Amino acid sequence: MAKIVAVTGNEAVANALRQASPDVCAIYPITPQTDMMQKYASFIANGKVSTEPILVESEHSSMSACIGASAAGGRVITATSSQGLALMWEMLHIASGDRLPIIMPVVNRALSAPLNIHGDHSDAMGARDTGWIQIWSENAQDAYDNTIQAFRIGEHMDIRLPVMVCLDGFIISHSIERMEYLEDAEVKNFVGEFKNFLPLLDLDKPKSYGPLILTDYYHEYKRAQHEVMTKVKNVVLDVAKDFEKMSGRKYGLFESYRLDDADIALVILNSAAGTSKDVIDSFRNKGIKAGLLKPRLFRPFPYEEVAEALKNTKAVCVMDRADSFGGYGPMFMEISSALYQLKEKPALINKIYGLGGRDYMPSHAELVLNELNEIASSGKIRIVKEYIGVRE
Amino acid sequence: MKQKGWKDLPPGSVVLEGGSAVNFKTGSWRAYRPIWNKENCIQCLLCWIYCPDMAIKVKDGKRGEFDYDYCKGCGICALECPGKKGKNAIEMIEEGK
Repeated sequence: MAKIVAVTGNEAVANALRQASPDVCAIYPITPQTDMMQKYASFIANGKVSTEPILVESEHSSMSACIGASAAGGRVITATSSQGLALMWEMLHIASGDRLPIIMPVVNRALSAPLNIHGDHSDAMGARDTGWIQIWSENAQDAYDNTIQAFRIGEHMDIRLPVMVCLDGFIISHSIERMEYLEDAEVKNFVGEFKNFLPLLDLDKPKSYGPLILTDYYHEYKRAQHEVMTKVKNVVLDVAKDFEKMSGRKYGLFESYRLDDADIALVILNSAAGTSKDVIDSFRNKGIKAGLLKPRLFRPFPYEEVAEALKNTKAVCVMDRADSFGGYGPMFMEISSALYQLKEKPALINKIYGLGGRDYMPSHAELVLNELNEIASSGKIRIVKEYIGVRE
Repeated sequence: MKQKGWKDLPPGSVVLEGGSAVNFKTGSWRAYRPIWNKENCIQCLLCWIYCPDMAIKVKDGKRGEFDYDYCKGCGICALECPGKKGKNAIEMIEEGK
């Protein structure tokens, strides 16, 4: 039986982590993630979960501790944001290269400089090439559900890869929302016992992690790593199917919102998708066929499926809450790559919005949808990449 | 030895056996080669103690030949060797000479 609660995103995710009963949790505070790990530490202190906490002196150390614990043979978690994720960078590659299924919520926050603690996607987008699976979440319910599913995906015997579960800093992490918790027993049963794979602590079968591999084999190892990523999509869908049976909530590689017959569409991640859906509804009420695609699995990126979902539109705007300075926004690059393979493609533009927690308002979505409507009828693109909600 | 293709590699480049460093012949790194002059050796075994690898073979408490499969030619043994009456028992010569 589901339990209806009013909680913050951080508390929801801390509970999902607790329900998965991890063996080890490396803990280091960083805004806006801090109170997720604080809540988790209180679960440990109050005997609600038997996880071994490791209090470290930096995020570089927290990811290092996770790598050691995961290679030793245990279910391992940590959480971070922004500069913390940036400091983990070299260890992120080692976690994925060693095929260690560490589960890490990333509470998305802007990167310095200038120093800013609020939500945007620069941190996790910067980590897109680290070999981690990335799942993005619109709200507290999504973040909770995705965290539970992440254990099944990362720990799947054909996958064994670390997973980031992304949720928007403050907007989701600190806002209280109505959501539903699953029963502890249900989650325990869904996630299952942690199964070891090549554990270092199996003393009868000694092993080494992290060998030196030069020109003779490195290329082959990376090819094998790419292959594993190609299997992730199907596992994500299978896990989502099982999750739907348990919870009644449906998940896919992405969410399509009123997209089937849409002429114009937004592609937008996380919390801003919620705001945009309301505006899509008001455009539909005016007789304008608007739709939305909200990516969920960003790494690996489901290129074919996204292209299929957008192929009948006339004009699409990819909304990025992160910039690749001197390039297009990171999501735009993916959508553009996906659509390039189509014979007939929609016109495509890129808007950068909401950096450093700048509010994304319904009026921003209206502005963009009106521009898309013009592009759809005239076929003319004024400018490909542009910042919106910015003072001149 | 035929090299493996990417499909045959262990996941995560994990080395699946203990003591496998023995398969990696590091002697090919050597630029200087130690030569053991038996007539000057007093069998003190300081070379064996100081060798940072395990490149000096000892059998029944007696020093034997260098293990050139693993000796990287660091020269520590030659530096530490007290020799006999001022005559060193280990000499470093340039490889290829």
